[in-house]
Amino acid sequence: MISVVVNQVERVFEGERLDALLGELSLPPKGIAVAVNGEVVRRVDWASRRLADGDVVDVLTAAQGG
Amino acid sequence: MLSIAGVGLSSRLILGTGGASSLAVLERAILASGTELVTVALRRVESSEHGLLEMLGRLGVRLLPNTAGCYTAHDAVRTARMAREAFETDWVKLEVIGDERTLLPDGVELVRAAETLVDEGFVVLPYTSDDPVLAKRLADLGCAAVMPAGAPIGSGMGIANPSYIRLIREAVACPVILDAGIGTASDAVLAMELGCDGVLLASAVTRAADPASMALAMRHAVVAGRLAAEAGRIERRSYAVASTSDSGLVTWT
Repeated sequence: MISVVVNQVERVFEGERLDALLGELSLPPKGIAVAVNGEVVRRVDWASRRLADGDVVDVLTAAQGG
Repeated sequence: MLSIAGVGLSSRLILGTGGASSLAVLERAILASGTELVTVALRRVESSEHGLLEMLGRLGVRLLPNTAGCYTAHDAVRTARMAREAFETDWVKLEVIGDERTLLPDGVELVRAAETLVDEGFVVLPYTSDDPVLAKRLADLGCAAVMPAGAPIGSGMGIANPSYIRLIREAVACPVILDAGIGTASDAVLAMELGCDGVLLASAVTRAADPASMALAMRHAVVAGRLAAEAGRIERRSYAVASTSDSGLVTWT
């Protein structure tokens, strides 16, 4: 069990990999970008990316903006 | 036709999506504007509105992600990389803000970020100031267009320094897109008359009392300004030049 910070909220996570964490969040199917500790993790790498205690995960999507 | 990085756009109007009161209002404005390219921002999922991407996808418009809210090259580059992943496009409207009150760009950070992103294969469209030297630096380092501010974002002040916009048009070979400051249709016409290749605006439409009508006005304004620029206006003079010939004029006795 590890503790990660997802979009600035601390969260206990029982799995190991990024795709499992993302599966726990209710995310729109498209238009998502994920960074771990500030670095983009490409969609194809979500399943293989292992998370560590204290990792900071940011999940971003489209918003209105000029 | 406006061509950016080899992509042809039949509308010279680029619409920012910020500031609309609802997605339905935004959709009507996009349709009325005739634009083929709209900006989007990137925000944390829980604070963003669902349905925006679906609506833009349905309309078939191309996305231009922005780096709005970034104050350093470092943050802007990271945001651009995230945008490329989220929206599957290499295009980015690069904003690196230098001052909270005016939201004018930080030229030093902007050049730094543009260099990195051009190297990484992005099609970089920088929001820049109306400085012709800075615009040339951005064009020379490989930006696909330069987008000078007419006036501060959302100010509706129009084009504060028209002669500098004209100088930018002379200084660079890439497209020049007037970005920010537009308040009403005549501002967009002026931008095009000064030689700009396109106009990017958001607030002027999204915060108008009737966004769809203003979007339609902007669509016509950009077309009118472009036609006028190409048609070649008459010289300004201090005195009249009669348009009706005196030949055959009757003299009453």
